[in-house]
Order: sequence, then structure tokens, then C-alpha cells
Amino acid sequence: MRGTLSDRTGAALLMAPLLLFLVLAYAWPFLGVVKWSFTLPTPGLGQYHALLTDDLVQSVFIRTLRIAAIVTVVSVTAAYAITVVWVRGSPVQRVLAEFCILVPFWISVLTRAFGWVALLSNRGLINTWLQSIGFISEPLTLVRNEFGVIVGMSHFLIPFAVFPLASAMRSLDERVLLAARGLGSSRMRTFWTVFVPMTRSGIIGSALITFVFSLGFFVTPAILGGGRSVMIAELIYLRIFQSPDWGLGAAISVVLVVFVGALMALVFRYVRPKQLV
Amino acid sequence: MQQPGRAAEIKANGIGKSFGSFRALDNLTLDIGRGEFLTLLGPSGSGKTTFLMILAGFVQPSEGKLFSDGVDITNRPAEQRAAGMVFQGYALFPHMSVEQNIAFPLKVRKKSAAEIKSRVGEMIERVGLRGHEKKLPAQLSGGQQQRVALARALVFEPGVLLLDEPFSALDKSLRGQMQAEMKRLHQETGTTFVFVTHDQSEALALSSRVAIFNHGKLLQVGRPDEVYDRPANRFVAEFLGEINMLPVKGVRPADNGATGLCEDRAVNMRCKAEAIKGDAILAIRPEDMSIAPEASVNENGIAATAVASTYLGAATKLDLTTRQGAKVTVSVPNEVAAAALSKGNSVWLTWPAEKGFLLPDGGQ
Repeated sequence: MRGTLSDRTGAALLMAPLLLFLVLAYAWPFLGVVKWSFTLPTPGLGQYHALLTDDLVQSVFIRTLRIAAIVTVVSVTAAYAITVVWVRGSPVQRVLAEFCILVPFWISVLTRAFGWVALLSNRGLINTWLQSIGFISEPLTLVRNEFGVIVGMSHFLIPFAVFPLASAMRSLDERVLLAARGLGSSRMRTFWTVFVPMTRSGIIGSALITFVFSLGFFVTPAILGGGRSVMIAELIYLRIFQSPDWGLGAAISVVLVVFVGALMALVFRYVRPKQLV
Repeated sequence: MQQPGRAAEIKANGIGKSFGSFRALDNLTLDIGRGEFLTLLGPSGSGKTTFLMILAGFVQPSEGKLFSDGVDITNRPAEQRAAGMVFQGYALFPHMSVEQNIAFPLKVRKKSAAEIKSRVGEMIERVGLRGHEKKLPAQLSGGQQQRVALARALVFEPGVLLLDEPFSALDKSLRGQMQAEMKRLHQETGTTFVFVTHDQSEALALSSRVAIFNHGKLLQVGRPDEVYDRPANRFVAEFLGEINMLPVKGVRPADNGATGLCEDRAVNMRCKAEAIKGDAILAIRPEDMSIAPEASVNENGIAATAVASTYLGAATKLDLTTRQGAKVTVSVPNEVAAAALSKGNSVWLTWPAEKGFLLPDGGQ
């Protein structure tokens, strides 16, 4: 990281447009949001006090953390399996895995959410099929609840969870795995006691990205939750656009940003994930 | 490789390996004796590492059979062969402490906690890592990592220990120290050691036998002094150290060996001439030649002029040119070299008959 003065000046100049954009598009407006949270409708800490006492806000916060945690576990686990195939599989498997990872990026989040509705709804593909083979008599409630939200969000986030894992698996020294086998360890044992621990930084990076991303999800929970499984971003939207409660919406936003910032700082402080992408 | 605590005897029978069209190893037949220290020596790409990987079970040979104590293990997977192995770069488990690294093969074998503790402790003592038990590999020096790798590979008493260029990352003084230590470990454990290196001095210093590889072929196997003093061909002769090559004409059997003409003088060799007749190459190590003012008719000798010298401390390396233009290097006492150079004119190079050996002309 240490370079000559001109190196650093050059780097600063190259980064300047991005920094300027971030300040103008995010930091400055966010300061406005912070201001609202302390001034609307009356100046003071009233909205933060409301946050601590409002049952609805608290239940949404808890639901958001729960869904984000479940989605993180599901996505990282699935992504781990896909990445193992992508990085260590046969040439054919690699191409297939790459296809599965990249194709979702071509389809908009909206299309994918409606696709899941078509699959999961009471008269959707899965329920009709299960009923036609006589496996169930009544349709299963697969959508407009937390289950649907978790399915849709995990599907969206798995490809993002893949990249930190792939980077960790690619940098792993093949000889260490050979050494484990040579010392008598079965493939299974080598996987669990050597391979997985050695990709720990990738797992942490992957989980962090997925979790932070999940906390701010809006479109997918709004469509697949059907209003019954409101998450924090949707709550902020409702407070600002549908009820004249800008102060509370702003306060929730500030808490969310501070929480994510603190989480990132904590993770980077103690585990320093080497590579996020 | 299966009975713990007992050195294995390995037979390779017609082993070959191709990677696509590349022939990495060709028809290798080699017996590795119980408890011996065998070095596989050769330049990179010579097939020595491929053979080691085949012994470990990481690479499947394209043809041939491998036996351990008489049992065919050609198709036995690496984890069931359980040869101890020390990799280039050590391949320690970076997330495990020194203790956990060494305990790994014992845990895999489901040894009792008490046994693991005592054997790991014993091994740590033996390789001199007391006090470093809780450290991670990244917190150790290269030499210490090397010791962990050795301890981990030996703790489960494998029948054979395979070492893939283990000293290549160490500096020279540490390398000497680790070589001595490895020799001691070999004596203490009595295990069969198979060691891969491209460093000929390391091979000669450590091994009970050296196997020399080039282009996927095993060229010669023998005790260090055998391969050094009686190389089977030109490649082996040159790979094991500096050597002078002089053309000889009209080689024919004679009393006690062979005779021929070198630079128009009769020379005698103690080796047999059956295989080599007519024109050949006479090879003599630099340290086996001396400088003399005269050479008698019965003595092996050729005339040469000293052209340059390199002071090496204990001796001087002297470069000479013979009358017919061959270049010769000798290693002589410092004052002899100075005298030869200052005279500026011709000196005689002499050597005992038993120190020169014949190689086929022009061939490998």
C-alpha cells in the first residue's frame, strides 16, 4: 500500500470522480435524512424514542434480522456447493456451474420475483403438480409469507455469495489437500477439517455481503411477502410515501445505516476477510 | 507401506506415465530396499517428481506395477497407502497449530487422546520444537516449518517417507543443518526414505543410493561413490559434477583394462573396453588430475597450457588448453596453480589409470 507521493496523488486523482459522485449522490442526501430524523415533525429525539417503543417497528426489525440470517445461511451453503463445482469440478461441470451463476444476472429482480410467484402460488406450478400426482390435497402456502420471501431472496443472492468463496477456493494451496490425503485422511474428512476451515475468510466475506444485502431488500419481500412479511426497507417506504411520517422513516433509515456500518466495522476489525469479490 | 513402525520395501516394475503426448516417465524398474535412503536426482522435468507422486498414490501410472512388501499397491488410493510425505513448501495446515498439525495423522487413525498426546510430545521433542506447540505455521521460520512437516510425516511411523525437494526454500547454512538432522532422523526411525532433489551435492551427501533421471528415464542407480566415480553415461557424469572429457582413439582391451590414444599418446584405463571399442570419450574428474613438469612414458599424461585460474580458498581451479585444443579444468593446490600459470608454457596433466573412465563417443 505504501507508494511514492506522486503514486498516491495519482491514485487520489483517479478515485476523485467516484468519491465526488458518492458524496453528491449518497453522503449529502443522507445527511438530509439524518436531519429529518431529528427535526420532523418537531425537533428532538422523539422519533428515536418512538422507535424503541413502537411494537410494529420492533417486530419488523426482528423479522428483518431473522429473514436476513436465514437467507444468509441458505445462500452461503448453496453458493458453497456451487462454487466447489465451479472451481474444482471437471471442465464440463465448470461450464455448467458458470452458466448457473451468470444467467441470473441477466434477469431483473422484478421478473424473478414474479417468476417465483408463478411457481409458488396456490394455483402455481408446484402446487398444481403436487396435487395432480396426489401428493397433497390442499395447496401449500408457499408464497405471501416468510417462506416465499426467503426463497426469492436466496435465489437472488446466491450468485453474489459465490464470488468471495470462489476467490478463497482459488487461492488455496492444492498441496495442502494432497498432504491431508497422504496422511490418511478420507475425502470427506479432508473437506470438513482442511478445505472448509481454509476457506473461512471466503465464508465470512460471502456471509457479510449476503447479510448486509438482505437487510435492505425491498422488491422481493414486497412481492413475495404480499404485505404479510414486511421488512425494514418496505417499512421505510411506507412511512415516507404512504403515511406522512417522514421523521420516523428517516430515523429507521439512520438506525439501519448505523447498524450495517457497525457490523462491517466489527467483521473487518476481527476477521479481516481478505477478499470480498 | 501398511505396517506402522516397519520400514517398507518397494518394487517398481515397468512404471510409465504419459500426460497426453508428453512422456513423463518411461519403463521404470527400481527396487527400493528396506530402510534405505534413496535419492531421486535429475533436472526439472526429468520424471523424478512424477515417480514420487506415483509412490505416494497421487498420480496413477499409465502402465506398470508397484509393490510394497510384495503386495500390489498400484491401484491403492493415497489415503490408504499412507506414506509419510514432506512437500515442497511443506503444505502445513495453515489453520492448525504446530501440535494440531502433527496430531492430524493420528486423529485420522482414531488413536486415543492419551496416545496422541504422548506421541506428538515425543515428536516435538525429537525435532526440537519444544515451546512452539501452540503457534500457527505462519508464525514459524522456514526451518521450523520444515521440522513440523517432518514431524507430521513421521509421527504415524509410516513404512516410507517421501520428500519432495524439502530444502529448496532454505538458505545454505540452514540447509546443511536440516540435512544433518534428516540423516539423524533416518537413522533413528529406520524408515525407508525416498528423497527428490535436483542438487547433486545434496544427493551425494545424504543418500545410501542415488537414482539419476533424465527425460523420463532412469539412467543409473548406485551408491554415491559408484555413480560419481563410474557414471554409466555422459549425462550422469556431467550432472554429478564438473568433469573433463577427452577424445580417445583406437580403444582396445589390454591387461588390466583398456588402452587407447589420447592426443597421440598411449593412455591406460582400468575399466573394461568390451562395450566400447574404437573411438570414445575419456572422462576424468578435475580433482583426480595433477600438474607435473614431466610425464614418463608409462604414465597417463597429456601436455597442456594454463590459461586462467579461479581462487577457491582451499584450492585453485585451473583452466588449461591441450595441444589439440581440448579444454580441461583441474583442481590443484594454490601454489601449484600459481607456478603453472607463471611459467606460461607447457605443463603436463597426469592422472592415475583407475581414475579415468570411458564413455561412448558422442552419445548420452
